[in-house]
This record gives sequence, structure tokens and C-alpha cells, in this order.
Amino acid sequence: MTTETATPAPTSSAGSLLKTTLRDYGLVVALLAIMVFFQFTTNGVLFKPVNLTNLILQNSYIIIMALGMLLVIVAGHIDLSVGSVSGFIGALAALMMVKYGIAPIPAAILCLLIGGVIGASQGYWIAYLKIPSFIVTLAGMLVFKGLSLAVLGGASVGPFPTEFQLLSAGFIPDVIGPITIPMGEGAPVVLHSTTMVIGILIVLGQVFSSLRTRRRRQGHGYEAEPFGFFVVKTALIAALILFFTYLLASYKGLPNVLIVMSILIAGFVFLTKKMTLGRRIYALGGNSKAAQLSGIKTERLTFYIFIIMGMLSALAGLIFAARLNTATPKAGQGFELDVIAAVFIGGASAMGGVGQVAGAVIGAFIMGVMNNGMSIMGVNIDWQQVIKGLVLLGAVVFDVYNKNKA
Amino acid sequence: MMTETILEMRSITKTFPGVKALQDVNLDVRKAEIHAIVGENGAGKSTLMKVLSGVYPSGSYDGQIIYRGKEVNFKTIRDSEHEGIVIIHQELALVPLLSIAENIFLGNEQAKSGVIDWDETRDGARKLLAMVGLNEDPDTLITHIGVGKQQLVEIAKALSKEVQLLILDEPTASLSEKDSAALLDLLLEFKKQGITSILISHKLNEIKKVADRVTVIRDGRTIETMEKADVTEDRIIASMVGRSLEDRYPKREPHIGEVLFEVKNWSVFHPIHSDRQVIRNVEIQVRKGEVVGIAGLMGAGRTEFAMSVFGKTYGRNISGQVFMHGKPVDTSSVRRAVDAGLAYATEDRKQYGLNLIDHIKNNTTIANLPGVSRMGVIDDIVEMNVANDYRKKTNIRSSSVLQTVGNLSGGNQQKVVLSKWLFSNPELLILDEPTRGIDVGAKYEIYTIINKLADEGKGILVISSEMPELLGICDRIYVMNEGRIVGELAGSDASQENIMRAIVRAEGKTA
Repeated sequence: MTTETATPAPTSSAGSLLKTTLRDYGLVVALLAIMVFFQFTTNGVLFKPVNLTNLILQNSYIIIMALGMLLVIVAGHIDLSVGSVSGFIGALAALMMVKYGIAPIPAAILCLLIGGVIGASQGYWIAYLKIPSFIVTLAGMLVFKGLSLAVLGGASVGPFPTEFQLLSAGFIPDVIGPITIPMGEGAPVVLHSTTMVIGILIVLGQVFSSLRTRRRRQGHGYEAEPFGFFVVKTALIAALILFFTYLLASYKGLPNVLIVMSILIAGFVFLTKKMTLGRRIYALGGNSKAAQLSGIKTERLTFYIFIIMGMLSALAGLIFAARLNTATPKAGQGFELDVIAAVFIGGASAMGGVGQVAGAVIGAFIMGVMNNGMSIMGVNIDWQQVIKGLVLLGAVVFDVYNKNKA
Repeated sequence: MMTETILEMRSITKTFPGVKALQDVNLDVRKAEIHAIVGENGAGKSTLMKVLSGVYPSGSYDGQIIYRGKEVNFKTIRDSEHEGIVIIHQELALVPLLSIAENIFLGNEQAKSGVIDWDETRDGARKLLAMVGLNEDPDTLITHIGVGKQQLVEIAKALSKEVQLLILDEPTASLSEKDSAALLDLLLEFKKQGITSILISHKLNEIKKVADRVTVIRDGRTIETMEKADVTEDRIIASMVGRSLEDRYPKREPHIGEVLFEVKNWSVFHPIHSDRQVIRNVEIQVRKGEVVGIAGLMGAGRTEFAMSVFGKTYGRNISGQVFMHGKPVDTSSVRRAVDAGLAYATEDRKQYGLNLIDHIKNNTTIANLPGVSRMGVIDDIVEMNVANDYRKKTNIRSSSVLQTVGNLSGGNQQKVVLSKWLFSNPELLILDEPTRGIDVGAKYEIYTIINKLADEGKGILVISSEMPELLGICDRIYVMNEGRIVGELAGSDASQENIMRAIVRAEGKTA
């Protein structure tokens, strides 16, 4: 065998590096391309600060559920009930806050716990009694759809207390105070400076941590990309973050939801990439029998995953209810399809064992940008569905094709 | 002497991204001969057969294939089957819940305008089954017959396609001695009828028994083709590994210490048929630094015994005690068994041993993640170091520890399984068929690892169906039959005859 090498090569060739990077960041490139496309077709509306903020608010609940769905799908399962569960939790929240006057925070905590219990009640059958998740959650979908109708008595309930609405409609306070930048002849831009500062801090943190990882890897003699390449890559990422922060800052700043979402995304990236729990989920999805024989408690792990999914569905339900400011019996319907589509567009495998958090988030944004862009363009809802369906199919076909080629 | 050539493959070169899998391979096969192809795993045997059968379409490789006097360019398996070339893969391609007859004519249904003629199907199947000597009702479901018979069904299926050239990829890998012998006899029978066979096998005694000529492939090149008269085991091994293996089993001075592992009065019932006792009052012990074998025929209950001890992963109503260092330990879950110092490397590495879609590193650490993490957070540098360390220790041949395990050869996959369990730092390692389906060179490496572990004072329990292997590496051998220990032989007294005698005597008693 000629492949036997004791010490890995210190750097790889620029060509192959560009290829692997493009493959790794292919989804990001696709998302940016779609955004630029709609920027043109909507005559510049897409990147308007107000629209961008809206885009985040509109997709936050899908993204949050996609995080849990990623774990579910990587573990080799599916959850069809997430839409109904989020709708049901929204209904419960309305019942608690509007009808019984429970304060928003205890009510929200209670709702999250109930979400966890719902996840457990479905996960139990799947994990311990080995009933296919497709069937259990299909049943759950019907049950919770029915229950939200029952709880609301078929009518919309609202409005919610103002504090609760802040979850979806609020922005972080500008503790530093706005800065006005004169724009020559154009109207001056008023910047939410706290947002800008947070954006800059994130960029600095990002640069610092990638530098540190790079040093540590090199210190142990592991392969690192060429320095020039590293600089360009880091600079591009920093520029992207700063650009979007600037756009958000020139409207009302960072939405509260974005903070919640970012913390969750970071947490799930950490969970899947760095924690033993995450590694075990991939092992479970890759080969559950081998995982079990390696000492992984596969049943309990599956059970936990569905609890997490239940809690995230509950959180998404709260956010959606707060955004609409009413709980409606139709809330959450069809969300499961967007969530599952996001995870698959993000490169997860339906066979389990493969998928990334970042992919799922970008997948959700791809769906979100398409919804948003097509709506602005005035594409009818029927054609929107057709196009979204084709994009889902196309993304997965492309992914499979790429894998077969490699 | 017939010398008509049925197949000639001329300077076949097949490249995968980054790897030359085949380089200028030449093969000529005479009509109605049994031509064996041997070579280490990863040598390129299967690739060559895939080139021949059209799995890799013509154009994706360089070189010529001349079949029955004319150059052929197969684009698909269908093309090659049309010409009477049928390949039977190691992993059987039968549908378990369809009947034997349905499987035989799958894709080639006995039908008129889409409507299946069941009488024709059954009659045809019956005729073909008679040809392969399988006495089963064509309506029996595949799942209800054993692996040996399934193999015969595959061959019957090949016959239904009017096979001229039959390619068998390690057909006896999972067969018992008796079924293997029957299969080989069948090949000899086909030979008389003018059917040519290409036999890929690791079992040198089988090759000696049936092959007319043997071609050795190493590192993607043909090394030599020998006539039957020149075939000796030593010569084949020497060509295969490129060096002469003085001994197939590395020497070891045993340093045997006190009793490490002991199982007393172990009984297990079948997981589904709960009245069937699978393991009956088994008592065994393993000392420190000792390599102990469990011999027995297929279905003797060896794997069932090992798995029931290791975290109750098989069976129900398990009773008995397990002791480590003379103290009773709890092995009722895999986690507890691992904590007690046990490790079990499964006989079926693809199904139960490895996550094939993940890379070497993650497979190495999965049974001992706490060993590379702090408070549930994995330290990737430590993990990389561990994986590289074990890759070196077990001599895994790969481009790096980030190579996907599914792309490794069987021998290297087995080394990953070993790495995984070595990293969990067990005191007693149970190795179930540790060298199944891997080549001579890799076997030698596995034995070396086993010896090293024994020298470090670990106890090793080896389950194997290859008696020479047990005789070659074990200090002591238990013989198991129908769930009981029916004999115990010191390494020096043990011989294949002794072991078989113990089994046969026990059979006599239970009958």
C-alpha cells in the first residue's frame, strides 16, 4: 500500500483545498447566490434592513425546530408531530396567559416542560418499544392537532401580554445609544450601536478562536490550511457577519429572537461537534447495533433526543404565538414539512448518521429566503410550493450525486 | 487436455481517484476449468471481477476483455449476464421474504405478458434445485433456510441464466465445513458439464482441492498463475504476501498468571423461543496472559455465550455468575461489562462492530469516549492522538485516521474493531472469529496483536471456526457443542482430531 504515511502532510495543495472548501461551504455559497438572485428580482427589497429583520423573525421558529430535527434525523428517526406540537403549545400558552392570567415567564417555563413531556411520551414508544418513529409521530401529529382545536374551542385566543410579545417582536435595548452617520446627499443612517458592538465582538471572538484552534493543531503536528487561505477565509466570514450586523443595526438592532436562536445554534453546534453526547447520536444513527455493543445506551439516547425535540417544538410554538399575538387553531400546520425539508436540504441523510447543525440552519434560511423573495415578487402561493418542492428534491439529488462521485 | 481459452483479460488498469486499484492485470481462463484467484484483501480481486461483470462499465478502465473469442465491452451487469457471465457476491443478494422459486427467477420471471406462470416457475425451480442438490420445497421462504442452502439458491439462480462463466466471491466464507465441501463438489460437477468457474477464496485448502490453476494478485498486479501441479500452500502464501511466511502463527512464550476471568454455571434461553435453552451450565476460566479458545461447530452456542456474558446482549433468563480476579462482577449491561474490564469484538464487524459511514478516529474512540473527553466535551487533539496511536499499534493501512471505515479492506476494518476495544483498556478480550474473511497477511498481524496483548498480561478468549487457527494461537481450548462445554484441551494435547472427537462424542450422548 502506498497510502501508508506516518506523519500527515503539513499542507495540502491549493486546488484540492479550494475544492474541499467549496464542498464544505457549498450550502453557504448556494444561500448567498439565492439571496443575490432575489436581491435583483425584488429590486433590492430583499437586503433592506427591515426585510432582513423580518426574514429572521419569520424563520426563527423553523430554525429552532430544525435544530432538534437534525438530532432526530441523524439518529435515524423522523418527527412529523413538531408542527402540531408547536401549535398545541401556542394554544396552551394562550389559555394560561389570556384566560387564566398566569404571568408570561412561569407560563413559558411550564409550556417548555410540557413540550418535554410530550417529547418523552412519543419518545418512549419509539425508544423502548421500537415502534417506528414515523408512525408514532404521525399519530402525535393528529393527536396534537386535535388537542389544540379542543383547547382553543375552535376560535383564536389573544392578545398576549405585551411582555410576552417581546419574545418575538422585541429588540435588544440600545444601551450605548444610537449613532447617526451622515450619508452625503442621502438620508443619514441611524445605527443601533449596541448591535454594532456585539457584531464586532463576535467577529473578534471568531478570529481569535480560529487562530487558537489553528495554533493548537499545528502545535501537535496536524494539517492546517495555508496561512494565506486561512486569512482570506476568516476575512470573508468576518465581512459577512459585519455586513449583516450593519444591516440589522440600521433598522432596530438585534431582535430578541435572534439572540435566543443564536445561543441555541451555538449550543447545538457545540453539542454535535464537541460533546460525547453528540458523538453518540451520530454513532447511533450510523449503526445502532454497533453503538449498543460499544456500550452506548441507545434506547435512553433516543428517548432524550425526542425530549429535546419536544422542548424545541414548544419554544417554537411560543415564538410563533408571540409573533402572531394570538393562538389560532391552524398555527403550526405544515411546519413539520418546512423543518424536515430544511434538515435534508442541509445535507442530512435519510438513513441516519449524517448531518450538520450549520447545514440545517442554512437549509432553513434557503427555504426562508425563497418564501420571502417569491412573496415579494408576487409569485402565487401555489407556484411557491411547486418551486420549493423542486428545490428540496434538487438539493438532495445534487448531494447524493456529489457523494457518489467522490 | 483442453486448452481452449474462454476469457482473456489483457492489461486491465482501473484507477479510482488517487488510487490505482488495478495495474496491468492479465488473466486468462480456460474453458471448463476452475480458476482460483487469491490475494490479500484490498489486492484488487473484487475490483477485477467488477470490471469483468460490467459493474464498472467499459470505458471506466483501460485494457481489453476477450470473451469467447471476441472483444466485449460490458456497460452493465445485464450485458455480462446476457453472455453467460454470472457473479455471486459474498453478501448474498436474495430477498429474505420471498420464496426460493421467486428468488431464482427474480428479474427473469417465468411470465407471459407480465403475468407470472407459477407452475412454470415451480417446475423450473425444482429442476434447478435438483441440479445443485438442494432438497427444498421451492415455496420455502429464503429466511427459513440456512446460509449454506441460500448459497445454493444463488447458484441455482445463476444456472437459470444459462451460465457459462460462474464467478464466486468467497462463497464459503460463512459456510460450515460440510456445506463448504458440498459446494466445492458442486463446482467440480459443473466442470464436468463444461461450466467454467472463477473462485475467489481465502481458504487455501479449498483451492488446493478444486482449482485447476491459481492466479495470485497483489497490490493490484498479477503476480503469477500456477498450474495445479505447482500449487503448494507455501508458494501461494509467499506470492500473496510478497515474502515467505515461515510460520502462519507467530511464536509466543506464554507467561500465564492467576485466574483473571471466570464464568460459573452460565445458562441462557433463546430470546424468542423462551423454552429453548441455548447455553447449559457453562463454566470456563481464563488466566492472565493466557489465550483460550472456544472450538465448536456452527450453532454450538459460542457467540450466544459470549454475547450473553457481555452485557446480556443475547438471550433471556440468563443465570450464572461472572468473576474477575475472583470477585463477582455485574455484566448485565454493555457499560457495566466494559467497566468490569471486558471487551467483546463481534464476529460480524459490518453489522455489529463498526459505523461504516464514519471514519477510523470516531470508530476507535466510541467505546471509551470518556477517555478523550472532560465533562462530556471531547478534546479533539487528544482524540486525534489516540486514534493515530492505535492506528500505528494495530498497523491499519489507510491514508489517515479520517478515512471512512467502510472503504477499508476487511483486515483493516478488523484492526479498527480491535483498536476500539484496546482503547477501552479491557483486562479480558473476547474475540469472536477475529480473522473471518481476512487474508493471510492480515491474519498474521492480528495474531501478533493477540500475542502482544497476552504478553501484557491480558486474558484473551478466542472463538473461531477455523480449528488450525485455534491450535496455532491458543494455550488452552474449550470445545463447545449444543450449548455445553464438552471438552477442555491443553494447547499441547489439542489436535483437530481431538476436538472433533469431543464434539462427536457429545453428539452421541445427546442423541
